Amino acid sequence: MIQVTNLTKRYNAGTVVLNMPNLEIPKGQSFGLVGNNGAGKTTFFSLLLDLIQHSTGYIKNNEVQVNTSEAWKPFTAAFIDESFLIGYLTAEEYFYFIGDLRGQNKADVDAMLSKHHEFFNGEILNSKKYLRDLSKGNMKKVGIIATLIGNPEVIILDEPFANLDPTTVNRLKKIIKELAEDPKVTILVSSHDLVHTVEVCDRIVALHLGEVVKDIQTSPETLKELEAFFAV
Amino acid sequence: MFKHFIKLEWKSFFRSASFATNLALKIIMGFMAIYFMVIFIAGGIGVFFLLKEEAHMEPLATVNKFLIYYLVADLVIRYFFQQMPVTNIKPLLTLPIKKNTIVHYTLGKTIISFFNILHAFFFIPFTIVLLLQGYGFNAVLWLLGVWALIYVNNFITVLINNKNSVFYPLLIVVAGLGAAQYYKLFDVTLYTQPFFYGMYSTLYLFLLALMLAAVLYYFTFVYFKNNLNLDTGLAKKSDEAKTENFTWLNQFGTLGTFLKNDIKMIKRNKRPRGTLIASGVFIFYGLLFFTNSIEAYNNPAMQVFGGIFVSGGFLLNFGQFVPSWDSAYYQLMMSQNISYREYLSSKWWLMVIATVISTVIASFYLYFGWKIYLLIVVGAIYNIGVNSHLVLLGGAYNKTAIDLTAGKAFGQKQAFSFKNVLIAVPKILVPMLLYALGYFIYNAEFGCLLVGLAGVLGFAFRNKMFTIIEKVYKTEKYATIAAYKQKN
Repeated sequence: MIQVTNLTKRYNAGTVVLNMPNLEIPKGQSFGLVGNNGAGKTTFFSLLLDLIQHSTGYIKNNEVQVNTSEAWKPFTAAFIDESFLIGYLTAEEYFYFIGDLRGQNKADVDAMLSKHHEFFNGEILNSKKYLRDLSKGNMKKVGIIATLIGNPEVIILDEPFANLDPTTVNRLKKIIKELAEDPKVTILVSSHDLVHTVEVCDRIVALHLGEVVKDIQTSPETLKELEAFFAV
Repeated sequence: MFKHFIKLEWKSFFRSASFATNLALKIIMGFMAIYFMVIFIAGGIGVFFLLKEEAHMEPLATVNKFLIYYLVADLVIRYFFQQMPVTNIKPLLTLPIKKNTIVHYTLGKTIISFFNILHAFFFIPFTIVLLLQGYGFNAVLWLLGVWALIYVNNFITVLINNKNSVFYPLLIVVAGLGAAQYYKLFDVTLYTQPFFYGMYSTLYLFLLALMLAAVLYYFTFVYFKNNLNLDTGLAKKSDEAKTENFTWLNQFGTLGTFLKNDIKMIKRNKRPRGTLIASGVFIFYGLLFFTNSIEAYNNPAMQVFGGIFVSGGFLLNFGQFVPSWDSAYYQLMMSQNISYREYLSSKWWLMVIATVISTVIASFYLYFGWKIYLLIVVGAIYNIGVNSHLVLLGGAYNKTAIDLTAGKAFGQKQAFSFKNVLIAVPKILVPMLLYALGYFIYNAEFGCLLVGLAGVLGFAFRNKMFTIIEKVYKTEKYATIAAYKQKN
């Protein structure tokens, strides 16, 4: 589904922040990206969404080269950070807005939302708050659920577990696992938390200073292997 | 302690967004500051002689007569523009600093605010002239009194900050008084003038003003101190939100989706709301042009200038900040299922609709004759056909994030680049030239025809223009995202 070829991202000073000679993510995989701060996780996702310009190489998302065509947008959804939320809308309005853009009418969106009623924990819908006034955790919930609108084939979540309370983390894991079971959905998740990532992903790639240092299919030994790698 | 505060202030000033811009902007801001100072100084000196020689009125008495309106105008301007000093308090709260010190420091900061200092450039020269003209030492007492009243305003602003429920009734009362005076029903200055004049003619009345300022300082101090908690005074104000669906806009498809969003943005955020109000004012701006009240505006080229402004207030004010309005969530817009063309055309339609509405509202100009209204209609055509595209084109180079919630535009750096200036020229100058050309070759109607034709021509090439604009946006995309991210 996603094919990365000779991708590098270099900033003016010459520092290479990402160097990925080759990476292929097949359709239906749930892909976890782990690494320390500055490892290049968000950079990779931003490149995938054509939000920053790469230095060399290219990324193809379902055979669409992301920086030359916009045709990847209809089947790709992402939540990177709060700048993906529109602060002056209520949660409902935001969902309907995304729904409109993805060809889903109000009823479709409502049906989808009712499935995730539990995830919102009664704090999001009808809360009489604009998104900008929500807590960090609740903002994250809104952003994550919004990526599910319109059944996208590629879902990108940057640090979805951060800022969430323990119960919500477990609920989110359940949601991601369900998505991972769908052979049509490719899901990309980044995290600092090795345990969570190992639990929800079929495959884990560890980045260090912009380089892929580990690429493993998840097995019972994966967590140990990763912990050993990141041990101090 | 204050040594640290001063250091902090120094850094916050020189590292602020408005200073960290390019040199050209700094120079322009410097010139602006000097311009205002010179205007005020010239005003302070000039008003004395103007009143005495030209209007044959006693200068000090006349100034005192209108001082009440001056002060009220000052209060209004402050209400909209003066930044409240609370933003930098939070990090101080947990440090070992006494609450009293913090409050004194924040209030002290407002004392040296630009909004207070500016008046010195008017009143000090005026007082010097008074002294030179033999008004005697009492003029200094008067100055002290007025100065205290400026600070009264300052503290009132701090107290009623963002309390619309206090501010608007006050504004209505004052407007009512003004109207009553104009129609000679009731003259409030009959009561205020003796007081202001008394600050000059008596030795003690100015003390009253000083005391008022001191008392207000005290109240502000107490108020601030009592509210120095994260959940009261320093809390982020949040409005109760209501979900609105605007389902009637659904019939316009994707365009409707964006329009819904833009309407909500304007409705729910201070900054764009201010822009909308400013656009409303622009509609009446034409009165200066078409009533022949200002001589400099009394020529054909300037008349079409007026026409452009009356119908294009929203287009020029709002449009110049496209796409900065969406800066806070620009990454979303760029990765969502939106094509650039749809996004741009929704902004274009918004401006066109606003221009049409302005033109309809401006139909009251028919009162000044159909020729005047024709100018406005022609201006609207030019705005829709040409300026709307130019504004969008300029937006591509717009790299300034807008904080929608900030509300007070003052101190936010304006988007400024050489390219923007170049693009701005044809917005106004071309129609002026075209009209003047037609006017001098044949007659005014021919001038209107030329401007209108230019608009229609621009409209005819709309698709071509959009393709060009889209291309520019695409090349600027990464730079724009990076620039908007810095602010967030």
